Amino acid sequence: MPLLFAQGLRKSFGETRAVDGVDFLVESEELVSLVGSNGAGKTTLVNLLSGLLVPDAGSIAFQDADITAVPVRDRIKAGIARSFQLVNLFDQLSALDNVRLAIFSRDGTTRQVLRLAERNRHAREEALEILRDFGLEDKWDTPAAGLAQGERKLLDVALAYALRPKLILLDEPTSGVGTREKGTIMDAVAQLVQARGLAAVIVEHDMDVVFTYSHRIVMMHQGKVLAEGTPEQIRADERVATALLGKA
Amino acid sequence: MSSVQHSPDAALTLGTARDAHRIRPALWYTAALALLALLLPFLEGVPVIGWLASPFQRIQLTYGLVFSIAALAFNLLLGYTGLLSFGHAAFFGGAAYAAGLLVKYLHVYSMEGFLLAGLTSALVLAAVFGSVCVRYTRIFFSILTLALSQVLWALALKFFWITNGTDGLSIPTPTLLWGLVGTSGDKVRFLSFTYYYYVLVIFFVCVAVMGVIAASPFGKALQAIRDNEVRAQFVGIGVRRYRWYAFVISGAFTGVAGALFAPLNGLTTPDILHWTFSGKIVFMTVLGGFKSFIGPILGGIAYNYLETYVIKTTEYWQMLLGIILVALVLVMPRGIVGVFAWGSRREQRNR
Amino acid sequence: MDVLLAQLLNSLLYAAVLFLIAGGLSLIYGVMRIVNLAHGSLFALGAYVMAWGVSRVAGASGAEPAYLIVLLPVAAAAVGATGAVVEPLFLRPLYARAEEYQLLLTFGLLLILEDAMRYVWGATPLTVSPLWASFGSLHVLGATYPRYNVVVILLGLAAAILLWAFVFKTRFGVMLRATSQNRRMAAALGINVSAVYVQAFALGCVMAGLAGAVIVPIQGAVLGMGVDALILAFVVVVIGGLGSLEGALVGALIVGLVRTIAIQYFPELELAVLYLIAAVVLITRPAGLLGRA
Repeated sequence: MPLLFAQGLRKSFGETRAVDGVDFLVESEELVSLVGSNGAGKTTLVNLLSGLLVPDAGSIAFQDADITAVPVRDRIKAGIARSFQLVNLFDQLSALDNVRLAIFSRDGTTRQVLRLAERNRHAREEALEILRDFGLEDKWDTPAAGLAQGERKLLDVALAYALRPKLILLDEPTSGVGTREKGTIMDAVAQLVQARGLAAVIVEHDMDVVFTYSHRIVMMHQGKVLAEGTPEQIRADERVATALLGKA
Repeated sequence: MSSVQHSPDAALTLGTARDAHRIRPALWYTAALALLALLLPFLEGVPVIGWLASPFQRIQLTYGLVFSIAALAFNLLLGYTGLLSFGHAAFFGGAAYAAGLLVKYLHVYSMEGFLLAGLTSALVLAAVFGSVCVRYTRIFFSILTLALSQVLWALALKFFWITNGTDGLSIPTPTLLWGLVGTSGDKVRFLSFTYYYYVLVIFFVCVAVMGVIAASPFGKALQAIRDNEVRAQFVGIGVRRYRWYAFVISGAFTGVAGALFAPLNGLTTPDILHWTFSGKIVFMTVLGGFKSFIGPILGGIAYNYLETYVIKTTEYWQMLLGIILVALVLVMPRGIVGVFAWGSRREQRNR
Repeated sequence: MDVLLAQLLNSLLYAAVLFLIAGGLSLIYGVMRIVNLAHGSLFALGAYVMAWGVSRVAGASGAEPAYLIVLLPVAAAAVGATGAVVEPLFLRPLYARAEEYQLLLTFGLLLILEDAMRYVWGATPLTVSPLWASFGSLHVLGATYPRYNVVVILLGLAAAILLWAFVFKTRFGVMLRATSQNRRMAAALGINVSAVYVQAFALGCVMAGLAGAVIVPIQGAVLGMGVDALILAFVVVVIGGLGSLEGALVGALIVGLVRTIAIQYFPELELAVLYLIAAVVLITRPAGLLGRA
């Protein structure tokens, strides 16, 4: 049984069919890349899977349980976490507090009203460890708003990672950062995902990145799945080349 | 910026050291001020600060402490949760009226009774108002709180046979500590000495408890909601429910302030239920600095002096408050605390 | 029957005034994403300027009061001019900052305006009921109804039509809508966003001022009328949808009707009923009946 299994997903905005009958599955520990031109429906698909949007039609099952209309909070409990294309952080909180908050929330300790957050040594140590894994340990004290774009991207992923999900959805984790940083981010992400045995869905534009890191690639075009397969299969697929080149 | 790269553990120790540097002087100042406040009634003969220790000034400070509690409580919503309430008069005034009604109908003259009644009424009001208001944020939240609190004000005026209308309810000097401290003796002495200490202790307790709340995992969750509602949801925080908790906690502490205010003022009039009083709470918080925890404390005390020495001398105090508020927002958004922070930074640079 | 007609006209009268206030509030929000807490005070300012102007002119020239209705646009323009000063001076520095600063600043303006009016015109209410009385009464279907009130209703109607034409049929309207849709895009297209903001804010203030000016012959200018109006205007935009002019119209009609009924049958609960409606709308349709999500 796949970890996540979505069938016949549809979502329209007015006249636009952003996602138009998509079947999509993710196996455990699999790293799937979602590619396609702008407006292909990748982000909408991620939004449907993560619960930011509710599909017009179709169903989503996670670990055999139907989660089509389950609210965000319960999806997170079930083990689906996500990062955002446009970085979404707690800007006035330090990098440490950003990560620590995800840990508190995961452990259900945000209900503690009369205990200092600082007194929770476990949370602090775990948060620092995660920051170290993402190469942000020097910036633990910096408010999120004061981080560089690449660091913010990493912290955004770190927040999702800190929730200890089984499936992590990353919406363009490397967009808006320099070529050199892209490699750093993706190396970190790929390593962590594999070390923890997570499954990941990554929306990505950079085909070099995609071919290097993915187990499987799903190509979307105008709300539909155009092609899918291993990097080798996709590389050989002419439709993909046309769609990508046609765009470029 | 240091050019040396630290390992996370080094950063951790460095960090605590850094934190300590930041916190230690603040702790010293706080301890010194607390000690001064504790000794104040015995310093009347001391040259430089003697005037501050006169009974009149001590009563002024008591008012200031009461306002500080209200402003701190209010700031749990504004500064920490990002919700600007224009209805906190409802909890402050509601609690004071609860004390007044306790006297009028049940002939209870115990301060603990007042506090209990005030706290309970504020809790109930905040739970009800909150369940409506926290569905919305930003301007919707602000005007909803304003509208609901105005309903309470209108009720206090309309049901004059219960509330005595604009004359208000009078609150006699209560007994303290379950009757251990009686009501005999002259009123000024009671308010400037016994009650001063009573309020001071409750003030310390409230500051400590709210300080812990602000720095608790729960408090961090509130700040996360303030910074980014969507992401808060995506780390699994129940945003609306936490806003409601914050609203109820904030209302409850404001109620404590209202109950303390009742015997101090000796009278509860509809003024303290009116939106202009909510506006005063907003004002003191912004005056002190709503981006820091201690700002509202300074704001509450400073506001009371402003009211005593400036506002009461002019009929047009609203205009005065308005002008100061506009100036604060435009040029001094961090309030009094911001000025201190700026001063100490300059001092450090000069060294 | 005649009572019913009078009640209907009363609710229309009330709706006309509320539409002007709430429409201005909504217009400003729609374009600038600012809710001006001082908006009600600008309405009160219109009322005071009108009352003051009428008593001045009538005193000086001994003119027939009915003609003094020409002062309406003057009072409205005065409020508009106030807005044109306030926006660039106080609001413009805040667009880049968090929303609570805008709320705090407009709250400060509210405090200043309320007291400024008290300072200039004193605490005693100003009335210009001779102007109202000089219009006489109208006899329709056996009912007697003040003619001035009908004028106000027609004015409200005219304002709604004019505003609609202005927003949807003029070049300025296009710029207004473009700016409200996407500020950056509008700027990129060469629209002078700052100018649009001043004009939109002033226009919203003109509407509030006009509302104050038309109501003053009927009910006078009283301290505190501004804040009451702010809350009612908010109820209107909550029901209709903030940022939507049609919503303001629908909301004003609903509030006008409900209020008239409430005053007739259960006066103590007038406000409570209005809040209840607003609460129901907020819970069932958070964006309002005609609002954009």
